[in-house]
Amino acid sequence: MTTTTTETGTEPVASRPVQQRGDRVFAALAKTAGIVNLVVLAGVAIFLLAEAFPALIAPAAELPGGRSLIAYIAPLAFGTILSAGIALVVATPLAVSVALFITHYAPRRLAQSLGYLVDLLAAVPSIVYGLWGAAVLGPASVGFATWANTYLGWVPFFAGPVSATGRTMLVAGMVLAVMILPIITAVSREVFLQTPKLHEEAALALGATRWEMIRMAVLPFGRSGVISGAMLGLGRALGETMAVAIVLSVSGLVTFNLISSGNPSTIAANIALQFPESSGVAVNVLIASGLVLFVITLIVNGIARYIVNRRREFSGAN
Amino acid sequence: MSAGTERGTEQRTDTDSALDVSLPSVDSPASELPGWAPWALLGFAAVVVGGGTLLLGRGIALAVAFTAVGYGLAMWGTSRVVEGPRRAADRLVTVVVTVAFLIAMAPLVSVVITVLANGIARFDAQFFTYSMRGVVGEGGGAYHAIIGTVIITALAGIMAIPVGLMTAVYLVEYGRGRLPRAITFFVDVMTGIPSIVAGLFAFALFALFAGPGIRMGLMGSVALSVLMIPVVVRSTEEMLKIVPNELREASYALGVPKWRTITKVVIPTAIAGIASGITLAIARVIGETAPLLIAVGITTGVNLNPFDSRMATLPVFSYYSYVAPGVPREPFIDRAWTAALVLIILVMVLNLVARLIARLFAPKTAGR
Repeated sequence: MTTTTTETGTEPVASRPVQQRGDRVFAALAKTAGIVNLVVLAGVAIFLLAEAFPALIAPAAELPGGRSLIAYIAPLAFGTILSAGIALVVATPLAVSVALFITHYAPRRLAQSLGYLVDLLAAVPSIVYGLWGAAVLGPASVGFATWANTYLGWVPFFAGPVSATGRTMLVAGMVLAVMILPIITAVSREVFLQTPKLHEEAALALGATRWEMIRMAVLPFGRSGVISGAMLGLGRALGETMAVAIVLSVSGLVTFNLISSGNPSTIAANIALQFPESSGVAVNVLIASGLVLFVITLIVNGIARYIVNRRREFSGAN
Repeated sequence: MSAGTERGTEQRTDTDSALDVSLPSVDSPASELPGWAPWALLGFAAVVVGGGTLLLGRGIALAVAFTAVGYGLAMWGTSRVVEGPRRAADRLVTVVVTVAFLIAMAPLVSVVITVLANGIARFDAQFFTYSMRGVVGEGGGAYHAIIGTVIITALAGIMAIPVGLMTAVYLVEYGRGRLPRAITFFVDVMTGIPSIVAGLFAFALFALFAGPGIRMGLMGSVALSVLMIPVVVRSTEEMLKIVPNELREASYALGVPKWRTITKVVIPTAIAGIASGITLAIARVIGETAPLLIAVGITTGVNLNPFDSRMATLPVFSYYSYVAPGVPREPFIDRAWTAALVLIILVMVLNLVARLIARLFAPKTAGR
């Protein structure tokens, strides 16, 4: 443990500060705090595994529904991926456009405030989005769903019958899209801002229009950032609970039909809905499904972080 | 950024018009749309397309959407005829990107309006001073839930802030080698833990020792602190990194030991940013519902002891009032919306406070 200032790496030996007992205590404290983070993450995995274990060994007949654990979790995993997929497909192009607007189109004086507005979108609690989705977006979607069913009914997504309340997979996906938009926007904005100014000005100097400059200089540079931002958003969408729990009317069906009232639930929403009323091995089953969710999001986030970290230090946490 | 861009555009235009005299064959725009043209086209689209849609009785939302599409097409067509295909594509993208931003803002506006409209009815003194004990219909309030949210969030902060702060200090001031890199990576991964998984973790942790029926405020605090730590670490890290190295070196040159340098020089310099980051972290967890639903549950009365039995919290109160209302329904739904309104106000105020702290107390030497 060196106690010199090594940020510059060029300081003379003489600047080595005095070392006290306080120094050692403080350094140990800091290191302990760092290790606590690792312990917590490991603890999440270990305790979930420990509590999920009874469900793993229990005979299928004792589980809820009388089926095997895999048969219980699979439809939920399908619903989770479907809703997150919708959210990603809707949110990514929108987020990239918003990021471009803030970095390259909005008046410079306004850009920061506009970015702040987008961040506020992330600050709204998920329960509020759930209430909003059920009370506003759901009913508002019925018109579109009816239209889509009438004219696009041959597409499996719009097979119908149309839900009268709008508490459908489509609306759940839309609400999730709104919720993950800010994180994708934030990461994209960061990388777009880092495009070398000289590349941009060179493109403009060659006579490119603003869009051609963005297409040739900004987008190629920011591509990996956009991808990792989208994956971070995917991680959020996979784990989002309350909005889906409130909006979605579930039946346990495995279906691609997005506009009917019978939808597959998601892992997270299912836990929230079932947990308060569960006891015995049912609790263990729910925790096992939570473990599956944890592993999925861990992998998605790990890949996203790997891509970002290759590029630079950026995190959705700030 | 955009200043440079704009300057570049102007210069290019100047050069083009100069070149036009000598080299008319280069594919420079023959002419340019006047500055008022986009606004005129927008007005045209609004009147013709939007007005037409409204006249056909298709509703305001569809009218706005069609207006945007009509404006984009009109802009593109006009520009293509007058300025050529490249400028037309540029103008079309400008419209698309602006519209995308407006679409992204629509939910925020809609959420705020909806919650205000539905929540204002019960936004009264009784809501903040009464609990739900013994309340069956009208009346009652969320006093117990507000108290619960404050206690649980405060406990979470007490656990998460020191750990997060010291981790950031370790990463920035002491971090060399493999361990800090691992911590950085896993802290980043921790930001992605679904909140419901954090709740399950707290439950599993306590259930292992106290049996599966256990619910208490502390469990919620543990879950929230798992969600809070990475946010505190990342924001504090960013702030410590921008403290100029000269300050540290000046302190060392005076013979000050490293830990006193950190506590007396580095952290005070960055304290505004750190405080703002912590405020944002609190804002992020205060509205969390899922972990509290699992670990804390709900109750109708005031419970001030986070170490014993269930507590009510604002988000969970709102959730249960909405999905499992009693009879009659309306008072419960109203209370759910008011709780949501209080939550939004709390979060917005915390966000605002964070920005204000960062702006008002930012050190001038930080080079930001």
